[in-house]
Amino acid sequence: MIEVKNVSKSYGERVILNDISVSFPEGKIVALIGGNGTGKSTLLSIISRLVKKDEGEINLLNQDVFEMTHREFAKKLSILKQANHPNVRLTIRELVAFGRFPHSQGRLTATDEQKVDEGISFMRLTDIQHNYLDELSGGQRQRAFLAMLLVQDTDYILLDEPLNNLDLRHSVDIMKTLRALADDFGKTIIVVVHDINFAVSYADYIVALKNQKILYYGPTAEIIQEDRLKEIFDLEMRIISHDNCKYCIYFK
Amino acid sequence: MIGLLVLSIGVYMFTFTGKNLDFVLPRRAYKIWAMVLISCAIAYSSIVFQTISSNRILTPSIMGFDSFYLLLQSTLVFIYGDKTFQALSNSSNFMLSVTLMLLFAVLMYVFVFKKESKSIYILLLVGLLLGTLFRSISSFIAMLLDPNEFLYVQSSMFASFENIQINLLGISTLVLVGAMGWGTRYFRQLDVSSLGRENAISLGVDYNKLVRNNLMIISVMVAVSTALVGPITFLGLLVANLSYELFKSNRHREMIFGCCLLTCVVVIGGQYLVEHVFNMSTTISIIINFIGGIYFIYILLKTNRKS
Repeated sequence: MIEVKNVSKSYGERVILNDISVSFPEGKIVALIGGNGTGKSTLLSIISRLVKKDEGEINLLNQDVFEMTHREFAKKLSILKQANHPNVRLTIRELVAFGRFPHSQGRLTATDEQKVDEGISFMRLTDIQHNYLDELSGGQRQRAFLAMLLVQDTDYILLDEPLNNLDLRHSVDIMKTLRALADDFGKTIIVVVHDINFAVSYADYIVALKNQKILYYGPTAEIIQEDRLKEIFDLEMRIISHDNCKYCIYFK
Repeated sequence: MIGLLVLSIGVYMFTFTGKNLDFVLPRRAYKIWAMVLISCAIAYSSIVFQTISSNRILTPSIMGFDSFYLLLQSTLVFIYGDKTFQALSNSSNFMLSVTLMLLFAVLMYVFVFKKESKSIYILLLVGLLLGTLFRSISSFIAMLLDPNEFLYVQSSMFASFENIQINLLGISTLVLVGAMGWGTRYFRQLDVSSLGRENAISLGVDYNKLVRNNLMIISVMVAVSTALVGPITFLGLLVANLSYELFKSNRHREMIFGCCLLTCVVVIGGQYLVEHVFNMSTTISIIINFIGGIYFIYILLKTNRKS
């Protein structure tokens, strides 16, 4: 269980997060939604210790995350940010093998190799595992990085806009993968998504941020109401139902 | 590569020996010792520096060590005039230079890293600015100097293996090997950090500590090698990039080992050219800067075309 208590963050005069408190349930997918600059990415970065908080507390399994060692923390929680450009030329397999670093500190054992194999085949990259990252399409690269996260084998996975630059098919692919990770492996996943319909279709809970604060937090069905969405996004939306699923229409 | 190194050492040691072997061979052996030492320090510091700054066209010289050393030498000559060598022995000059350069490094790190941002780019920017400042001051001092006195300064402006103090080699070796030994434990973390800061942290690397400690190691290496032979860090640009092309590894252990060997070959080869082709009419750093400069432009053009 990840608990965020009264967390604030500002850069100089500019407030990014203002007194945020939220706790994320185990084994579920939680989507962070909201407009640009509402602090979604910063919240994710603070939970994963990439950015220091100004005030507040973040507990992972009742332990203050800033008191855990880097290695211990990396065995429990992993994060993937948007832009990933390694400085070196790596093959998919080499990249994925880095996921074992918290466990083996770079000396791969047979178990590690096996985990790498599993991760690669889970993301369906086995055929191209020896290709270099810079020769891949955006979707394949994203899958490679996700495979690295998978191999890191943490109970908590944080993703910052994993669907960026992906075409529809790959986006659906990735969201299905996340769903499987939560349902079959009990992983807790927090994901920043821009497309509200992906959040509606795949997330169990939704956290909506606006004006540096949490506007709504609850089960997806509760959040998906026309008046609430209008407040979150400042945009008129219509909700339609099809095969027992809700969809938001906002294009026109 | 090892074969090539042995070959270059062999050629350097045993050609153009003349008759007086007892004099020539030990002298050359000392020079080779110095060259191997300095080469490894440069190779190591350049590769690690490029990894932590995630940039392949920088060398530690951007942090202003070279120009700080120049300023120091100019100031010394300015204060003592033509009595510099009486007032200050070579070894005390060496000690003074190393201490002050390290002090400079520590001060810079403390000031930059105390701030919230902690970005290595701020550090580089500060280093670059200070470097330019030091360079301007030393050229101002150079103007004030007597032409004869300026010659002393000039001799320290270019790296040279000719006037290495043999009595300083021992201590330098000790310091450099110590620093490298400390550094080897970070190789695997450096491998991970080439995925970028955020991924490295996500994979459990204490990134700030990694950067801080490696910058200290680099400072020690650069300070010692600069005080020993003069400003030579530009060489690192050449050899580091050549190594990336040649060895195509993404492990620092292999890359740094390969780069050390390569640098030794380049330096010994360059020194051989200086001694036997140019008959001492130039110094090794001029040759290296010339070749390195051309290569630098080539890299710039190549990266330009790609993007």
